[in-house]
Amino acid sequence: MNIILNNTPESIEAEGLSVNELIRYKNFTFRLLVTKVNDQLVRTDERDNVIVNEGDNVQILHLISGG
Amino acid sequence: MVENETIEGFQGIGQADFVYLSHKKLAVYWSEIKEKISDKVIGIAGCGGLGSNAAMALARVGIKHFVLVDFDLIDESNLNRQYFFRHQLGKKKVHELAVNMLAVNPDIHIQCHDTRLEPESVQQIFNQCHLIIEAFDTAEAKQMLAETVISLWPGKPLIMGIGMAGVGGYGLIKQVQWDGQVYVCGDLITEIAENEPPLAPRVGIVANMQANLALELLLKL
Repeated sequence: MNIILNNTPESIEAEGLSVNELIRYKNFTFRLLVTKVNDQLVRTDERDNVIVNEGDNVQILHLISGG
Repeated sequence: MVENETIEGFQGIGQADFVYLSHKKLAVYWSEIKEKISDKVIGIAGCGGLGSNAAMALARVGIKHFVLVDFDLIDESNLNRQYFFRHQLGKKKVHELAVNMLAVNPDIHIQCHDTRLEPESVQQIFNQCHLIIEAFDTAEAKQMLAETVISLWPGKPLIMGIGMAGVGGYGLIKQVQWDGQVYVCGDLITEIAENEPPLAPRVGIVANMQANLALELLLKL
């Protein structure tokens, strides 16, 4: 499926992945993230249930300590 | 005199091209800027390296209303980057930051919250703020604040600081808009570690980027 991931078109060789599956597929290793699908916030405990479909706009922000 | 110059085609503060104005042009409208920001309220979540430096910058430029939140005390190890002084060691950061801001500009109003922010308290504490600067140290707290602000107030600007540890790497530091309301300043990758301590120059750069962006956004509100 084709999606927009962090403002960049991405071709994913799978259909209907959950947000967590997409994160593993992309090998995103940061422990803490903020995620949105089609501009809707997807909290940590919702990432197994929210499915990313063809054409969806996914935004993933990596959080690291320091400040 | 600079004050009496008129600039043809310039429609006033708040235009999208404001940030591209030269210093000379900015000087003409300084009084207008101060007027425009005088009723704005800025929330600062965390009064450490990012929060203390960003707050001081914004107090200097004439922001009049602040909401500061922090639960911590000033430690000697903080002095390598945070806007505190040796005589303030052991005192509460949130109170001492207010003291330092008032020493620059006594004509500001500061609401201090000596507490650890939780999702439940974010709503009450920051509700009146036009814009929030995220200045926490831990990734967990950054996540909590981002998720809470996005849920509570779609559209309210949140300026985060992510990735400012270490030395050098000036060219890696950037400012990005993540979504309609969340902005990020920092290099997004350099986490604090034994060999990557947070230090005044790089933390100060990111804190002042946050303050600069806050000012720019407030002028557009």
